[in-house]
Amino acid sequence: MASSSPFLSKIPISNRTICFASSLSPIPSKFPSKSLRHHRRNALKVQSKIREIFMPALSSTMTEGKIVSWIKSEGDVLSKGESVVVVESDKADMDVETFYDGILAAIVVPEGETAPVGAPIGLLAETEEEIAEAKAKAASQTGSTASPAIAPTPPRATSTPAPAISQPTPAPAAPAAEGPRKIVATPYAKKLAKQHKVDINKVVGTGPFGRITPADVEAAVVITPSKPVAPKPAPAAAASPSPAKAAATSSASPLPGSTVISFTTMQAAVSKNMVDSLSVPTFRVGYPVTTNALDALYEKVKPKGVTMTALLAKAAAMALVQHPVVNASCKDGKSFTYNSNINIAVAVAINGGLITPVLQDADKLDLYLLSQKWKELVEKARAKQLQPHEYNSGTFTLSNLGMFGVDRFDAILPPGQGAIMAVGASKPTVVADADGFFSVKSKMLVNVTADHRIVYGADLAAFLQTFAKIVENPESLTL
Amino acid sequence: MHSSFSLSLSQHITVPRSNHAFDSIPFAPSKPINLRFCGLRRETLGFSSLSRSHSRQGLQLHTTTTSKGISASLADNGSPPKSFDYDLIIIGAGVGGHGAALHAVEKGLKTAIIEGDVVGGTCVNRGCVPSKALLAVSGRMRELQSEHHMKALGLQVSAAGYDRQGVADHANNLASKIRNNLTNSLKALGVDILMGVGAVLGPQKVKYGKAGFPDKIVTAKDIIIATGSVPFVPKGIEVDGKTVITSDHALKLEFVPDWIVIVGSGYIGLEFSDVYTALGSEVTFVEALDQLMPGFDPEIGKLAQRVLINPRKIDYHAGVFASKITSAKDGKPVTIELIDAKTKEHKDTLEVDAALIATGRAPFTNGLGLENINVVTQRGFVPVDDRMRVIDADGNLVPHLYCIGDANGKMMLAHAASAQGISVVEQVTGRDHVLNHLSIPAACFTHPEISMVGLTEPQAREKGETEGFEVSVAKTSFKANTKALAENEGEGLAKLIYRPDTGEILGVHIFGLHAADLIHEASNAIALGTRIQDIKFAVHAHPTLSEVLDELFKSAKVEAHVSSQVSEPIAV
Repeated sequence: MASSSPFLSKIPISNRTICFASSLSPIPSKFPSKSLRHHRRNALKVQSKIREIFMPALSSTMTEGKIVSWIKSEGDVLSKGESVVVVESDKADMDVETFYDGILAAIVVPEGETAPVGAPIGLLAETEEEIAEAKAKAASQTGSTASPAIAPTPPRATSTPAPAISQPTPAPAAPAAEGPRKIVATPYAKKLAKQHKVDINKVVGTGPFGRITPADVEAAVVITPSKPVAPKPAPAAAASPSPAKAAATSSASPLPGSTVISFTTMQAAVSKNMVDSLSVPTFRVGYPVTTNALDALYEKVKPKGVTMTALLAKAAAMALVQHPVVNASCKDGKSFTYNSNINIAVAVAINGGLITPVLQDADKLDLYLLSQKWKELVEKARAKQLQPHEYNSGTFTLSNLGMFGVDRFDAILPPGQGAIMAVGASKPTVVADADGFFSVKSKMLVNVTADHRIVYGADLAAFLQTFAKIVENPESLTL
Repeated sequence: MHSSFSLSLSQHITVPRSNHAFDSIPFAPSKPINLRFCGLRRETLGFSSLSRSHSRQGLQLHTTTTSKGISASLADNGSPPKSFDYDLIIIGAGVGGHGAALHAVEKGLKTAIIEGDVVGGTCVNRGCVPSKALLAVSGRMRELQSEHHMKALGLQVSAAGYDRQGVADHANNLASKIRNNLTNSLKALGVDILMGVGAVLGPQKVKYGKAGFPDKIVTAKDIIIATGSVPFVPKGIEVDGKTVITSDHALKLEFVPDWIVIVGSGYIGLEFSDVYTALGSEVTFVEALDQLMPGFDPEIGKLAQRVLINPRKIDYHAGVFASKITSAKDGKPVTIELIDAKTKEHKDTLEVDAALIATGRAPFTNGLGLENINVVTQRGFVPVDDRMRVIDADGNLVPHLYCIGDANGKMMLAHAASAQGISVVEQVTGRDHVLNHLSIPAACFTHPEISMVGLTEPQAREKGETEGFEVSVAKTSFKANTKALAENEGEGLAKLIYRPDTGEILGVHIFGLHAADLIHEASNAIALGTRIQDIKFAVHAHPTLSEVLDELFKSAKVEAHVSSQVSEPIAV
């Protein structure tokens, strides 16, 4: 990690942890003298520092978090590793702990309020002298970040927030005077709008008394271009999403009688990832692997709680050790990023969604620990209790549809990884050996999809050969 | 509308002896409802056992209690006998009055019950009972509409729909069925049902009558006021019974609005939100306090909010009062003015199709003639002591007058009223009795249900702080329960709040499938004073939801040891 962050959920930093914004964003303005002193982030001798505590991203789908409670109060001395605040994400409540010693100087976002991921929620001072300074800063922040409320409360007639000392008056974001019309939207319409990121103020209400109904929002969603448009074109309210283009892209309106069910958060995340995957040039290489020996081993170790998933993950991990490029990823289109760990993500279908619990350091753990770990992960996944690092830290993905009798398939490479392995069913196959003798062997087709920017055909072929050797002589898996 | 009512008490049941009673005090608690004497406060047993030590405790409870009843009434007859029409008159035939009447008959009292409206009171006619019918419908609708849930079970159901009138009829039929059952049970036992509005005329004297007819006067040795409550409607709210309604109207389900505001997010509001959203309405809660579901254990409330509010077509405004609600008329929607609960500043105006006022209930005590006996109500509630004896304006007890149920406001639950009524009957038949309200369970019949008994975690911690004991919390999830998973209903949590030093159960809160039925193991344990270290050895059938509690008790870490061996081993 280039920069560590002061606050993280109780999670070891893994290479794919989602963006906890960098720690030492030097405090801008106001206190130029001090901020100058610590503009270099590795200047460890810096006398004083005020660190911002950010709203962490606790899941890949989290965009904002609610402060459930501050475990510590202003003025409390914190030591590294202590839980400071409880944050509620779209999935669960999590304790967030500090990575630095210091004094909790100011709470910027109080309990019960919501802040977007990455927004400062508190300030951490290193010494007592800085507390006042941090407080002043906090006051200015609360003023400026009068974040646009999500609930469509009408423009307040008199804006009287708690009078903080010399607080810069919040710039009236919404037109102060009564708008031309009052937006009335039903609860579900508001939820849908938020889910689909539709500006409810732009939706035309057709319900009773001109209110916006869920159907109105759904209609608005259909016309909005579904392409994940890159950075929105400037602020100028681009005269409503050009309807001409929209008409072209969106298919004809759904057949009468069909039902539209919006994605769950998990399904939305899958959808986004899949669309993103289109930007990566991928190719596929297949390989038949004889599994008689593996099957025999499996029968032996099964009573000890070892699963086929664990066996395959272990085999893949061992092969990856020898072919680090397949475990690499291409972040920027210009370089290889060789991952220091081999974390095997395994795709699992759960409750109408798809999640990839990660077996971390699959090459280092022994088979039994790995199986144990896998069992825990699956239980957690069912209970929706997976921690972010337990599903987004994979460096290589394994997808197995063999148990359904699928003999071969083709997997989509998840963004951020170098390769994914699709495993088919193992089936008895008649084979002729070099001497022309026929025999029946169990064969399993393995198909790997990889990012051709970093992994080439020969790399994959060599990797698959190694993988096949390991599977065909699986004793090493149990070592 | 809080919960089902407990009509039958364990009179004819052989109750197993509770352990500690035998190893500590030579006096077995005679009835499960005798809460305070049943171990929660063991020290008070001493005095009560002294005063009544003549009664030998047998295993067959009703023999014992009967013999006691006789001896007690003999003692009370020391004063010159006056002649009364009845031994006991109960004003109000709701669940509280009914429970008291049944118990009184069993104790051999000549009993009459006065009812000015319909037998059954709020619970049966306009509360818990019909709402359960609606919730039964909403539970099924919810299940059938959840394609996901159905698919997981391998079921295929085509679009689920409902007939509003059919649903309304189901609720109405249930209410009349239960009302008839209640009426018949009273008649069969020989309780006189006197129809008319009752009022206290003086000590031991009551009048009753219907409008337009002359009042009749009856006398009784003891009188119980059990007049219950009516929906509370705050000022500024104009109830028209069509678009601005209370639970009384909502239960008739005369229409299902597209969008309804529910003012108040307590039990009543929550249950109706469950019904309305299942039937296709969208709901907006207006809650005066800062959080939804005040009164629930905060952790349970939060989980419940995640399951019952957030994923449904519900939004809410918290920390606001509905200062003015105008019903829909002249082609205009229902409008609701919201003001900040603290600053009283105007915050918002909602325009919706209907508003349900679920801000609680107000005691129904007007015209009861309390002035005749110098009793002044407090916000309408009849002041009583912990034995439900009515207290007059000077702070003195009014002899022979008791008040139970919603009218005294101690705990506004049907079964609490009934338990209080039974407690009063125990007292008037010569056995001192104080009801332990902390052992009375409560439930909210949403899907899934919420139930609780005893203290919430913050209450327990506060008590622990002042009284100097430690408080621990244990939790189990429904996700680990086989039966819940078989039903595909793994969402839920059970929470136990206890004293690790003694193993005393301070509170249990459950959110999950059939929580309302599961709570009784905990409430009975509290009532009987059973400690965790003992109850954790009790066996639960497998696989059942009750194993959630089994696991809960087993996960508690208690320092005290098993208090006694469970009775002698019995060979089988």
